[in-house]
This record gives sequence, structure tokens and C-alpha cells, in this order.
Amino acid sequence: MTAYNFEPEILGFLCNWCSYAGADLAGVSRIQYPTNIRIIRVMCSARVDPTFILEAFIQGIDGVMVLGCHLGTCHYLTGNYNTERRMKTAKKVIKKVGLDAERLFVDWVSAAEGERFATFVKKFTDKIRNLGPLGKETAFDNETLKSRLVAAKEALAQDKIRWLVGRERELVEEKNVFGEKVTQEEFDKLMHQTIEKEFAKRRILLSIDKNALSVKEIAQKLGIPTNVVLKNVMALESDGLISVIGIDGNTPKYQITRV
Amino acid sequence: MSEVRVGVFVCHCGTNIGGFLDVPELVKYALSLPNVAFTQENKYTCSETGLSEIKKAILEIQLNRIVVASCTPRTHEPLFRSACKEAGLNPFLFQFVNIRDQCSWVHMHDKEAATKKAKDLIRMGVANAVLLEPLEELKIDVNPKAVVIGGGISGMTSAISLANRGFEVRLIEKSEKLGGTLNNLYKLYPTQIDASNLVTAKIGEIEKNSRIKVLTSSQVLDVDGFVGNYTVKIKQNNKVQNYDAGVIIVATGADVYKPSDLYSYDGERVITQLELEKALKRGEVKAQRIIMIQCAGARTKERPYCSKVCCPTALKNALLIKEKNDDSQLYILYRDMVTPGTEFEDLYGKAREAGINFIKYSPEKEPIVENESLKVYDELLGEELTLPYDLVVLSTPMVARSDSKELAQKLKVPVDEHGFYLEAHVKLRPVDFATDGIFVCGCAHWPSNVDESIFQAYGASSRASIPMSVGYVTTEPLIPVVDEEKCTGCGLCEMNCPFKAIKIEKKEKGRKANVIAASCKGCGTCGAGCPQKAITMKHFTDDQIIAQVRALAEVTS
Repeated sequence: MTAYNFEPEILGFLCNWCSYAGADLAGVSRIQYPTNIRIIRVMCSARVDPTFILEAFIQGIDGVMVLGCHLGTCHYLTGNYNTERRMKTAKKVIKKVGLDAERLFVDWVSAAEGERFATFVKKFTDKIRNLGPLGKETAFDNETLKSRLVAAKEALAQDKIRWLVGRERELVEEKNVFGEKVTQEEFDKLMHQTIEKEFAKRRILLSIDKNALSVKEIAQKLGIPTNVVLKNVMALESDGLISVIGIDGNTPKYQITRV
Repeated sequence: MSEVRVGVFVCHCGTNIGGFLDVPELVKYALSLPNVAFTQENKYTCSETGLSEIKKAILEIQLNRIVVASCTPRTHEPLFRSACKEAGLNPFLFQFVNIRDQCSWVHMHDKEAATKKAKDLIRMGVANAVLLEPLEELKIDVNPKAVVIGGGISGMTSAISLANRGFEVRLIEKSEKLGGTLNNLYKLYPTQIDASNLVTAKIGEIEKNSRIKVLTSSQVLDVDGFVGNYTVKIKQNNKVQNYDAGVIIVATGADVYKPSDLYSYDGERVITQLELEKALKRGEVKAQRIIMIQCAGARTKERPYCSKVCCPTALKNALLIKEKNDDSQLYILYRDMVTPGTEFEDLYGKAREAGINFIKYSPEKEPIVENESLKVYDELLGEELTLPYDLVVLSTPMVARSDSKELAQKLKVPVDEHGFYLEAHVKLRPVDFATDGIFVCGCAHWPSNVDESIFQAYGASSRASIPMSVGYVTTEPLIPVVDEEKCTGCGLCEMNCPFKAIKIEKKEKGRKANVIAASCKGCGTCGAGCPQKAITMKHFTDDQIIAQVRALAEVTS
């Protein structure tokens, strides 16, 4: 095992009824696997809020596994379908941050599949060893990466993305209250735009958390086009989240509204 | 709140943990963690000695959080929780850390790394323990009435058993009369009693019992509610009515597989074992040369299971034919004869004595049924035989009812890959469903013969009567709590709840999510999806989970 010069830290969220039981079975069967993984037990994989994944990355964890019951056999009937949709979105957000989305691994392990669990852990550990420490695949320094992750976590904690994730099945598979149905493609596009917008908004908010900045300064600091920043700043201002706290010459400076 | 005082007990589990992790080092490490007031290592924490050490520490050093680092919560959490309870500590202030099944047993060749991992796990467990809150179990009243779905032998037996205990029962039967599969059977092995006698006796008992109301030609339209308070919507002919019940027993039986393209099946000269039963009952079997093929359509790729009643049934029917007509020639072609126990093995012995011929075939060289004769490769002789026949009987397996999945969805219970109902645990809760208050028996559960079905029916009715006798049930309080200030009543939680346990209702502050604690199973999907983050899942709160993530990221000393 010491052949590798980087040993990643891996966190696993396992559901009580299937994957955690599968991990126990791997133990009972004495199947050996790498020591890198630490497990948090939840009752259902659907308990895993996408913000938990981002929190793990903020804390510097190199890879996260979310394992539930096989689709159709969830102890809570349909819980893991929610997991599937939420984690799909989490992966998109992680990609938006700049990380390799494969740092989040989502799959299914039954209580009888100790071997499958161990194989997943082995393969995932190897994958993360090859990817290297968190952020190695990006050009960001630690501080930038962390602030991007914090912005991503906050975007995932807000209602816009959460609402959309929660409605995906209804929107794509059934009709909405107006009798409309969207295609998966249209939905994905909408989700992509929402993530883009929410992520930008949260980054802007973070950038003016301590110091008041002008639109131009924000754009410079974050590397986002000025017109995009302007649009978002207007939206944030009308939501009352930020306010002008001073004018430098002709340029208004914005800061987070303190209640 | 008073000072948090965590006690950490690290178990050696004999050598299961102690042999692969540095337990003394873990104990020393645990004591260095914030809020930890006491640590101890135990040979077996789950032993009487270990448990009394926990209780002693709670009482003598005022520990108010207990962490046990040992095996798995899936087997031992109830034990440690009750130890806490006995010492006066709320059982939900107990925290498990799995350092055996998910550590020592899977990292047996790297003591150093495994010990480091165990330290991380203990640190995470302690971080969670600090944030645990005392919780009270929920008490729910139980309506002492039962609905039994299915009027075959299992359903009838369950209904009688429940009624004899003093409970009112609605017995729901799809067809026009009670009896189920037994109505098609002739004699029952191993005692050769008439199936119709058994059915008549059971119906007689039901008719005499004023607590049982039978609804024939009825079907279940919908099921709502939770343990103790179910409402079953039933359609009888064209009348729809709701029946309230505290418990439900599923006894819907199974079908016998009817082949379409198997061994030249035609329903006349090649028939199923069930069709033979019917013919025997009518006294219509005239054939002299009869060949039975076991495992016809069973133990295949589509149906890999053994239906287990087919071998004794074939033996029984072969013997019945031989008894009536000693000149008849009978062959049973088998892959493996399955006759467990003394009585069925005895049946096999009798069949051999009676001159019934047994030929072993393999699934790779299946028998071929031709117009006048059947070709079979005898595995034991090692040669192909040609057997002329008058009648071929296919022992086809039991299969799940075609509507089992539909009913399962209404009941919110699972079926297995073959469509049979799936119990909560094969050994620990064999006739319960994971959904409290719903039970299963007979062939709905798995292919069973009559006596097994009766056993299971007694089991299911006995289990079902527990909540009704006690009058209430308690459930784990792993439920969501809604912050009405944050909740906007968007309804996403209601839409995604698999158990209809959270509903938007009009409240003082407008439309808000309302938790129906008794229906809630504690999965937490509502909390993880709430757009406003207005939902806190008790015992698995965001704070508790995040605390574990953060504790993991801390550097191990």
C-alpha cells in the first residue's frame, strides 16, 4: 500500500439497510480493502443533502462515496431515486467548481453484496489516488478553491436549485400544473443555467462579504464578465441581499446587507 | 444544558478487534478528545460485565453520552441503548462506532493504518455524540380490528386465529367463494386427506364466528394510513367501502405456472400437475402410461428458485394413481428429488416400493416430448431412453400472482425479484413487513405447502395481535421537525415522501408542512430536499452529520 505517495481521505455515506449492511458483510467475509475510507451511517441515502458533499470537499476530503440500496429495492421504497437526482446535480455543481466530478461516486450496494462494496472502495480509492489531492486537477490555489466550494455549497443550500431538483421527476415524467411536460434535455439545460446563475450569485456575495466592491472590481476579482456581474448584482440588490454602501466617484460600491 | 460528559468504551471483541487494532492506544486517544470524561477497554463490551460497566459509569461518574466502539449498530445498538435506559440515560444519547465489521475485519494486515482509521471513527462518533439530543419514543393507539386479504387456507386460518383472540376481522376474497387454491386440489400430502374437507371445516368455523365478516368478490382499491390506523378501500361488486383496521395480513397466495411453450404442453396429453389434481378430483384420469417431469419451468434462468411443493405433490399423485390402478406405469423424471423431513422422505420410499420409476435428467439435456413417446437422457444409466406415454404431467412451479406488485404498491411493501412478498427479515421478522402493522403468510410470501401455510398464518396472526392486544405501538422518533417560520408550504416534501407522512395543511401561519409521526419511517428524504432547509431530521440532523464530516477532517494525533 505504501507504493503510493498520496493516500487520499475518503468519506462514505452509507444507508443503514443496504450499503451499510453490505459493508458489514464485507467485514464478516473478511474481504480486505484500502483503509482510506471513513463511513457515516444514515438511515437512507436520501438523507444525504448535497450540501454535505460540498462540506466534505471544503474540509479537504479528497473523495466522497454515496451508496444506497439498488433502485427499486430501497427500504424506503423510492428514497434512492431522490438520491440519484440530487447526486446528479451535486456532480454538476462540483464540475462547475472546477473539480473532477468523479470525486463523487454514487452507486448501489445491497446487504448481500459485501464483495461489490469492497470492489467499489478499492476502485474508488485507486481513482482518487490517481487524481491526486483535492484540487490538483484545477489551476486554483487552496484559498480560491475553498471559496469556490463555499459558494457552491451555499448555492446548493438555496431554494432555487433545491426546488428544481425536487421537481425533476414531476417535470420530466409527469405534467406540471399547466399541463406542460419538459424533455430531459430541456430540464438539464434549465438546471445548468440555474446552477451557473446561483453559483455566480454566491461567489459575488462571498466576494463582498468583508469589503465593499464595485461591479468592475467584483468582475476582476472573480474573473466573471462585467455584464454578468452587473446582472447578478442588480438581482441581488432587488432581493435585498446586497446594498450600496458608498459611491467612489461615479461608481457605487456594494456590500452584503447586514440585518 | 448541563455539561456534556462522554464515556467511550472500546471493545476488544476477543481478538476480533484487539488482534488487529491497538486498543489501548485507542482508549488513550479517546480520552484526549473534547468532552470525553471517561474511557475504558472491554474484552466484550456486550457481555454482562461490559454492560454493567457502562451502567456503573453512567451512575457513578455522571456520564450523559455513551459511545461504544465495537461491532455494528445493525446488531448491537438495541442492546447498548437498553443498557443506557436501565441506568436512567435516554437511549438516544448512545452512539455506536463500528471498528470491527468496517475496520479490524477489513484491514487485518495493516495495524497502524487500521488503528489510525479507528481513531478517526471514534473522533467522528464523539463529535456526533456531543450533539445528540434525548428523544422520546412515540406512542400511537391501535384500532383492534384486522383486515385479512385473501380467503385461501392462509387467510382463513389467520382470520379464525385473530377472531378467536377476540378481534374483529374482515376477510377479503377476490373470487366468489373462500378456499383459494385448495378448491382445485384433490388430496393433501402426506396424510392424503381431502382438500375439500379442510376447506369445508374452515368455512364452517368462519361462519360460526360472529367476529369474522367475509367479503367475497371483493378487491382492495387502496390502502391508506399507518400501523394501528389503516383504512382499506374495498370494492365489492360495484360497491366501494372503507374499512378501518389496526393491522393487515396479506394472504393472497400464488399462481401455478401455466406454460405456453414447454415440453409440447397442450393441456390435454401434456398437462400441468395442477391440471392433474383437478382431473383426479373429478375421477377422470384413465391414462395407463404417465410420465411426470419435475422442475418444468423451475430452477431456470427466469425462475431460479425451487418451488418445493412439486416433488411431494408428484409423489403423492403418482401413489394415488398407482393405488387405484396397479397396472399403470409411472415415471418421474427429476433433476433432484426434494423431500425434506421424515414424512416426505417416507413418501419417496413408498413411491419406490410401489414400483414408480425415477429417472434423473440434467437441465443441459432436457427431456424431449414427441407425439407418442418421450426421449430422456438418463444421467445415472448414461444412455437415452424412449418412453411411450399416454399422459405427460409437468410439475410447474408456483409463481407470484400477476397483481402482487400492484397490491404491494398500495400497501407500500416490497416484493422480491420474482414478485413474491418480501418480509422484513428472513430470520428476525419472517412474517412481518418492514412497514409496521402489515404481515404476510402462505404462498404470497413464498411457495409453501398447506401445513407451512397454516404455520405461517398462525405466526402472522399472532404477530398481528401483539399491537392490538397492547392497544398501542411505539415508534422510533427519527422524525422530521418543521420550522414553520421557514416553511413556505411548497409541498416538495409531501411529493417526495414515500410514506405519505408529511402533508401540507392549513395552519395558523398559512399552508405549512405537517408531519404525521406515526407514518414516518425516518428516511430523511424530506429534510435533504427541502428548498428552504426548514426541516430538521431528529437524530440525524444536519449539524450532527456536518460535525462528523468536520471531525474527520481534523488531523489525527
